[in-house]
Amino acid sequence: MDAAGKEILAGNDRAAARLMRDLDDEIPAAIRTLKALYRHTGRAYILGVTGSPGAGKSTLVNRITTHLRKRGKSVGIVAIDPTSPFSGGAILGDRIRMQQHALDEGVFIKSLATRGHLGGLSRSTIDIVNVMDAMGKDVILIETVGVGQDEVEIVKVAHTNLVLVVPGLGDDIQAIKAGILEIADIFVVNKSDRDGADKAKREIETMVSMGDFKEGEWKPPVLSAVAATDKGTVELLEAVDRHQEYIYREGNLSRYRREKARVELVEILKTRLIEKAVSDLDACGLLEPLLADMAKKRKDPYTISEKVVDHSFAFHLLNGGKPGSVKGKGKRR
Amino acid sequence: MATAKGNRAAAPTKKAARKVRILVGKPGLDGHDRGAKIIARALRDAGVEVIYTGLHQTPEMIVSAAAQEDVDGIGLSILSGAHNYLFPRIIQLLREKKMGDVVLFGGGIIPDDDIPKLKKKGVDRMFTPGTPIQEIVDYVNERIRPRK
Repeated sequence: MDAAGKEILAGNDRAAARLMRDLDDEIPAAIRTLKALYRHTGRAYILGVTGSPGAGKSTLVNRITTHLRKRGKSVGIVAIDPTSPFSGGAILGDRIRMQQHALDEGVFIKSLATRGHLGGLSRSTIDIVNVMDAMGKDVILIETVGVGQDEVEIVKVAHTNLVLVVPGLGDDIQAIKAGILEIADIFVVNKSDRDGADKAKREIETMVSMGDFKEGEWKPPVLSAVAATDKGTVELLEAVDRHQEYIYREGNLSRYRREKARVELVEILKTRLIEKAVSDLDACGLLEPLLADMAKKRKDPYTISEKVVDHSFAFHLLNGGKPGSVKGKGKRR
Repeated sequence: MATAKGNRAAAPTKKAARKVRILVGKPGLDGHDRGAKIIARALRDAGVEVIYTGLHQTPEMIVSAAAQEDVDGIGLSILSGAHNYLFPRIIQLLREKKMGDVVLFGGGIIPDDDIPKLKKKGVDRMFTPGTPIQEIVDYVNERIRPRK
């Protein structure tokens, strides 16, 4: 364990903040620290909050945090906002609604930009959740970007997924019929003091009731809330408690853990394998000629990819898993 | 690896993906955040990740957020006349948290006489009303680098 890792385990928030930034920025040394912290993770309860833009996610996260603090739980919040596809910049504004926790040492808030990652989270989200977990946060809230229909990555990361819906958006109900409907562990009709709230609630209840639930299987409840005035938050947390009991039942928890492990591994492999393939091709001087051939339609990307995948990776694995450091600089470990 | 020439540099081998992160907020009691929002937007368009914390921030809240978000700079808009308290207090808190390398800049209605005093206390730059947005963006691009 390096110095940074030790400091984080000892409760140094500043060291944790720096590691989170380094992970988001893909600094290699940060991965080393995270490797050592990894076995200290797995204790936190992870709660995902998703829904369309303006549904009230930040406001609800703020309320939930207040109630969790009253219960004496420490809280980590990962709030994700979109990166501008044009400039690469972002405005991360989720903290605005969470200001009342700004001076509470039991609450750690990290804002992240998607940086081009799809699925409602940033590439670094799982890493940063792991750091908060190692910090000893009891509950970690993940607020996704405002999502449409298909951004359901959160489902694999969180123990309990809250899906927020607001009344008055007929199309919104349409939107949740696929994708998001299926990931909700708990539905929240937020802004339920508005016209159409009952209708929205009934429509979701109807959809849920059409689902095929086996004996003892979790059936997502549909709750009403007005996050702005804290109405419904207590009932919501009680539903979360019930879901937690369900998740912690033997079988469910190990299934969740395996599924999360799979996502962690696949996500990391995806990034690493692509980087490695491209840089190896480039280091061998193959990349540019291949691209030129493709541009002239002499070669196709499908064949090239097949060759890279079949030969390159299998080859390295058969050679005892030594990564082919093609560059002159040998890797020191 | 960074010295590799030509399009080699484009290969995503060891990428330094650091982005500049800047906290933009409004301390104090006045409620005019149009200026702060315009700056936030302009910095976003310049490729910066802006953590926008909104209105009515105390120096303690600003520094706590800056620490958790690990920012490279803090830009504050102050129109209330409390700049001679707020800026020095924030600098003091930053130093206490060993965050003295975070660049603090600001804008607002600041009397000319106060600006040299604030600079002496550690405010890196003050922008007064009428400053073109581009000047602020250029300043940020030039002055604020992501930390090592």
